Amino acid sequence: MLQTPGNAVYIEPMSLLPKSRKARRRLMAVAVAAPILAAGAFLSIYAIGDGAVFFYTPAQAKAKHVPSGRTVRIGGLVERGSVVKGPDGSVSFVVTDKIATDKVMFRGDLPDLFREGQGVVTQGAYRGDGVFVAKEVLAKHDERYMPKEVADALKKSGQWRPDATVSSTAPMVAGGAGPGRATR
Amino acid sequence: MIAELGAFALVLALVLSAAQSALSFSARWKHDAALRGAGEGAALAAFAAVAIAFASLMTAFVTSDFSVANVANNSHTDKPLLYKVAAVWGSHEGSMLLWDLALTGFGAAVVLAGRRLPPGLKALTVGVQGLLGLVFIAYTAFASNPFVRLAHPPVEGASLNPILQDPFLAIHPPFLYSGYVGFSVVFSLCVAVLIEGRVDTAFARWVRPWALAAWSLLTIGITLGSFWAYYELGWGGWWFWDPVENASFMPWLVGAALLHSSIVTEKRGALAGWTVFLGLAAFSFSMLGAFLVRSGILTSVHAFAVDPKRGAILLGILALAAGSALSLFAWRAPLLKAGGLFAPISREGALVINNLFLATAALTVMAGTLYPLIYQAATGQPLSVGAPWFNLTFAPLMTAVLILLPAGTLLSWKRADARGAVERLWAAGLLALATGIGVFALQNAKGAFAAIGIALGVWLIAGAVTELAVRIRLFRVPLKEVVNRLTGLPRGAFGMTLAHIGVGVFVLGACVETGWRVEAAQALKLGDQVQVGAYSLSLTDVTQAEGPNYSAERATVRIKGPQGDSVLYPERRFYPANRQTVSQVAIETHGPSDLYVVFGERREGTDPSWLIRAYWNPWARMIFGGPLLMALGGLVSLSDRRLRMAAGAKARAAAAGARA
Repeated sequence: MLQTPGNAVYIEPMSLLPKSRKARRRLMAVAVAAPILAAGAFLSIYAIGDGAVFFYTPAQAKAKHVPSGRTVRIGGLVERGSVVKGPDGSVSFVVTDKIATDKVMFRGDLPDLFREGQGVVTQGAYRGDGVFVAKEVLAKHDERYMPKEVADALKKSGQWRPDATVSSTAPMVAGGAGPGRATR
Repeated sequence: MIAELGAFALVLALVLSAAQSALSFSARWKHDAALRGAGEGAALAAFAAVAIAFASLMTAFVTSDFSVANVANNSHTDKPLLYKVAAVWGSHEGSMLLWDLALTGFGAAVVLAGRRLPPGLKALTVGVQGLLGLVFIAYTAFASNPFVRLAHPPVEGASLNPILQDPFLAIHPPFLYSGYVGFSVVFSLCVAVLIEGRVDTAFARWVRPWALAAWSLLTIGITLGSFWAYYELGWGGWWFWDPVENASFMPWLVGAALLHSSIVTEKRGALAGWTVFLGLAAFSFSMLGAFLVRSGILTSVHAFAVDPKRGAILLGILALAAGSALSLFAWRAPLLKAGGLFAPISREGALVINNLFLATAALTVMAGTLYPLIYQAATGQPLSVGAPWFNLTFAPLMTAVLILLPAGTLLSWKRADARGAVERLWAAGLLALATGIGVFALQNAKGAFAAIGIALGVWLIAGAVTELAVRIRLFRVPLKEVVNRLTGLPRGAFGMTLAHIGVGVFVLGACVETGWRVEAAQALKLGDQVQVGAYSLSLTDVTQAEGPNYSAERATVRIKGPQGDSVLYPERRFYPANRQTVSQVAIETHGPSDLYVVFGERREGTDPSWLIRAYWNPWARMIFGGPLLMALGGLVSLSDRRLRMAAGAKARAAAAGARA
């Protein structure tokens, strides 16, 4: 308990609380702050199991044996000529990292800048038959854009074409890009 | 010529900022009024120089001078004038210049508005602001100069990304940057206080208006951006928990904590050290945001050019400014005297709880935003932290603090009667519970979270109204006295009520929109229909339309609804300069709710069809109206006469009297 100056002289005998007013203040502050910080830390760690989404290229996903049903991001290049649009608004395409490929199914409108031969990141889960069902397709609204993970992965696999990247002297346009979203 | 003038003005501003800080610091050292005046003059001149540089860049954009690289990369002769102007801050370089303009502008504001600050404190504040100006203007001039000329100017520019060609997005950055950079004044003031080693009455009275101004502008900026994302990106979402959004949200949360803790410091002289810490933290988070957005280190839906070199420099600036300020804090903060004592159950105690929750929330947002970086650095495995994580961590923390909010506002300073506060709130609590249970009973179990959210929103609004009613003693004294009390209330009281109602309005809107949104997507041939909620939409025609710098396919969508028939014209616009197609959403408002129609791509077949997506977004407008009410509350508080008059000194004297 904090003591106001009026009754500061009165300290219960046998009190477990520290005697100095300053130390009591400090104890009080810790006693109030600790549970709130602990709650924040607990929630953060508890939620990370659901919240963290790993990024793989098709080859990495195969190597890691990503189980079907787990939410992951798959990124790479959209293979030329692979986009098939169904009459019901669904669309399928092939994502490649030049080593392995994944067939991706998506229901909904693709982002305005989705193009064949360009970088794409999709979020979703593998179906039992190995087809990747995307809930979200992220493509920058800028034709010069290459998702960082895709660029890194392509560099690693030796499939990097510098001409596909952003030149550092040409500043890119600021701003937003919309992830396309599937209808749930 | 104009670009050279701009480049020259920018370098001049750099020199003036250096002079500003050198003169001001030596003025404090020697207690020399002439030096101080010179430092202040340099601050005003630095602002004027950056303004000239900014005007030069704007002229280059308006006249489409493609020999300037920045103009060539971001503008086009076809663009409407508004977007030529907006393109000035549409690129990394130009927006850094806007940042510099705000930084020197706030420096000049301190000089002009701070006449009542003690001379030593003012000189130090102007000096620190000059150092910030020096660092950021140097960064702009040497690492991202917007005035670089091209050896071979193109005939036509590359134009601005069409989704940025939007009136709301055109005015979004000026508000956002004023908010971000507004915290720099608080930062400078806090550093000055730490150097002086004592909390002045002037500090307490000064920190709050600046925090209020910066926070209100930031609130407006974030809301504009969110509203733009809502109607421009075409899937009806308004918050992605994207790194760039989080970058603006962290200073907002810290700023909200700051303007509450500064009330305690102002009125009661307590929590001074904590207020100073938050003042340093708010602008540090602004700088962290600038680094995250511009370094391209995190994959984001809205980011600037990916340039690791620039990112490294910004990280250096952040480490230098925040690191030295926090070191100074660690060294000097023990000198700041602890002020008025208070019991745990008191207004001060409630504001401490508010601060702890807001600070913890800011920390969790930071953890979620930076976790992918740290994880990838440690393991090499890229990952992202998405909305589910933030919803699970942020929502419970905020729910807890919002449940406590109405009770906190009813506690008196120093030592409060908790029972009294609870008794006054029984009506509000009952109303909230009844609404929540009613909603839960009428809806299926899926609505449980939404029901809790609605109860919370009602609780916040009813609680804010109750607080005002208690203040004016509504129903307890004759009406005439109630009116007298109401007109006699300080503006700060109305500001608080407005802001807290705004929180409630936002919670209601967010929960209703999330819980009861209806969506439909279908490929329609001409004459086909699709049903969304209570509305039946039919695609009757698709025509060509020409805009100033785009050509569009325009759909005619006829709507039959409970309130009668109407027509919407969503478009798909093709911008030849960018070779980009952008959907233009059509929205019909029904009170606070939106009927939202997106015209998707054409599907070829025997009969052509078009993908039409439609959303019924109930109470969506309240998601944006709530924060605007919060910002309005902040601005109303800012206009409170007590913040400008020497009333703070009186309050301190009274507090000192009470303590003695």
